[in-house]
Amino acid sequence: MSSVVERFDDKARDAFDRIGQNEIHVGELQRHRVYTRFLHWMVALFFFLALFSGFGIYLPWLFRWFTPIFGGGPMARALHPWFGLGFVTFFGLQTLNWIAPMKWTPADTRWMRNLKNTVGGNEKMEPPDTGFFNGGQKAQFWEIVAGSVIYLITGIILWAGARTFGRWAVAVSYVLHDISAIVMLGGIFIHIYLSTIGEPGTFQAMIRGAVSEAWAWTFHPAWYKEVTGRDPAQACEEARQHGRFEGR
Amino acid sequence: MSDRKTLQVRQISGHSGTPPGFDTQRDAEVCKLIDTTICIGCKACEVACVEWNDMPFSPTTFDNTYQTMPATRWNFWNLIKFNEHQREDGTIQWLMRKDQCMHCADPGCLRACPADGAIVQYTNGIVDFQQENCIGCEFCVSGCPYDIPKFNPATKKVYKCTLCSDRVGASLEPACIKACPTGCLKFGTKDDMKFIAEERSKQLRDNFGFKDAGVYDPQSIGGTHVIYVLHDAENPERYGGLTKNPVIPWSYTVWKWLFKPVLGAFAMFGLLGVLLHYITVGPRVPQPEPPLKPQPPKKEGSDVQRS
Repeated sequence: MSSVVERFDDKARDAFDRIGQNEIHVGELQRHRVYTRFLHWMVALFFFLALFSGFGIYLPWLFRWFTPIFGGGPMARALHPWFGLGFVTFFGLQTLNWIAPMKWTPADTRWMRNLKNTVGGNEKMEPPDTGFFNGGQKAQFWEIVAGSVIYLITGIILWAGARTFGRWAVAVSYVLHDISAIVMLGGIFIHIYLSTIGEPGTFQAMIRGAVSEAWAWTFHPAWYKEVTGRDPAQACEEARQHGRFEGR
Repeated sequence: MSDRKTLQVRQISGHSGTPPGFDTQRDAEVCKLIDTTICIGCKACEVACVEWNDMPFSPTTFDNTYQTMPATRWNFWNLIKFNEHQREDGTIQWLMRKDQCMHCADPGCLRACPADGAIVQYTNGIVDFQQENCIGCEFCVSGCPYDIPKFNPATKKVYKCTLCSDRVGASLEPACIKACPTGCLKFGTKDDMKFIAEERSKQLRDNFGFKDAGVYDPQSIGGTHVIYVLHDAENPERYGGLTKNPVIPWSYTVWKWLFKPVLGAFAMFGLLGVLLHYITVGPRVPQPEPPLKPQPPKKEGSDVQRS
C-alpha cells in the first residue's frame, strides 16, 4: 500500500515539475515542489469556498451577507457540499504527499513542550532537531486530517439528511461538523499569520517553492543540515560575521 | 396596517391619547381538534386538502388496508393513518388518525432551520413554511418530532400543512374542517378546543367505557395547535406512530442558540490574538536578524569627508 502511494506521489511530483517551475535564486533552497504547491492552493481555494458558503448556514443572523456571493441561500447550500468534497479530495492527496515528513517524532513532542517560549518570542531560532516540519505544523496537519474525516462523514449525513440517516444522526453530525469548522477556522488564522507577517520569508515557499538559507537554518535547522550538509549554528554565525543578511 | 381590522378606530375628535381599545386586538391561538373516536375514515379531509392547496396528483398505493399511502408527501399534507388494533378480548378496533403538521408551540422545524425567514410562527400558533426563503437543507426534517416536513427534489424546497393559513387569515376554517362530514374535525381557539376535547374525553371515560380516553396535547413541546381526542391516550403510538413524548434534538437548543455564537466569537478572538501577538511580541525573522537601518559603509575617513 505505502509503496503504491509513494510511486503515485513520485509520478505526480515529476509530472507537475514538468508543467510548473521552481524559481530558486542564489542563496536559496528548494522548499516545496510544484505538486505540493498546487495541492496546497487547491486545498486553500476549496477551504475558503466551503468556509464562506457555510458561514450563512452557520450563523445566518450574523453572516447572511455571505450567501449572495454564491448566488443566494439555495445556491450556497447546493454548492457547499461540493466545495467540501473538493477540499477533502485535495487534502486527501496532500495527506498522501506529506504523510512521510509529517510523521510525529520525539523532537516534535519536545517542540510542543517548548511552545510557550516560541510563542513568547524568547527563542530566536528553532531547536536544532527541528526537521522539514516542526511540531506545530504537524499538529496543524493532523488536526486537518482528523477534521476532514469528521467533515466527510458528518457532511454526507447532513447532505443526505434525516430521510436517510434519521433525525438524531443529523442533529449530532451538525454539532460535530461545526466543531470541526471552528477548530479549522482558528487554525487558519494562525496558519496565515505565521506564513505571512508572523515569520517573514515563509510565504514564497508556497509561491516560488524556495526559501532563503537563513530562513532554513533559523526555522528548520535539521532540514537545513540534511540538504546542505552544513551545521546550521555555524552557518548562522558565519553569516553574522560576514554581515550577510538575506533573511528578508 | 394591512392586517388590522378595517373598522378599528384610529383617532377620535376631541379625545386625548389613543382611543379606547386601540392596539388591543385579541390574538387568539387557533387550534384544530381531531376526535379520532368519531372519524369514519372517509378521507374527505385528504381530498379537500389536495383540492384547496391545488396540489398535483399523487399516486396512491394499495396495501390491503384503507390507508391511502404509507406516509404524507410534499404534495399530500393530510393523510388518514389507518390502524387495526386487536384488543385484549380479541375484538378488533379501528384506530384512524388524521396525520398532518401539529403546529407545535415550540416548533422543532423552526428551531433547526438555518435559513433567514424560511419558517415563521404566527401569533395564532400556525407554523408556516415560506418556500421562497427555503434553502433546501432539510434540517427541519431532523428537527420535527412527527416526520412532517417533506422535501420536493424538483424544487429543492420543503412543504407541509399550513393549517390553511390563507383561509384562516380570511376568517375561514381550514379546508379539512370544512369537508369533514361527521364533526370529527373542529376548529376554533385553543382554549375552546381544549375544553371540548376534555369534555368529550370525560364522556368517553364515563359513558362509553374507554377508561384511558384523553386529549393529546404534548407539553414536552409546549403543546400543539392540532390536538387529538384518543380512545387510549396512554398509547398514542397505536395511532400510526403518534409520538408520546415528542422531543426536539438538544443540539438545536444548546448548540444552535448558545455555543454557536460563543464559539464563533472565540474564533474571532483568534484573529485578535494573532494581531496582538504581532504588536506585542512581533514577528520572528530569520537569523541573523537584519539591522533596522542600513549600516553606513565602513570606509576609513568617511567621517572626515562629511564634516
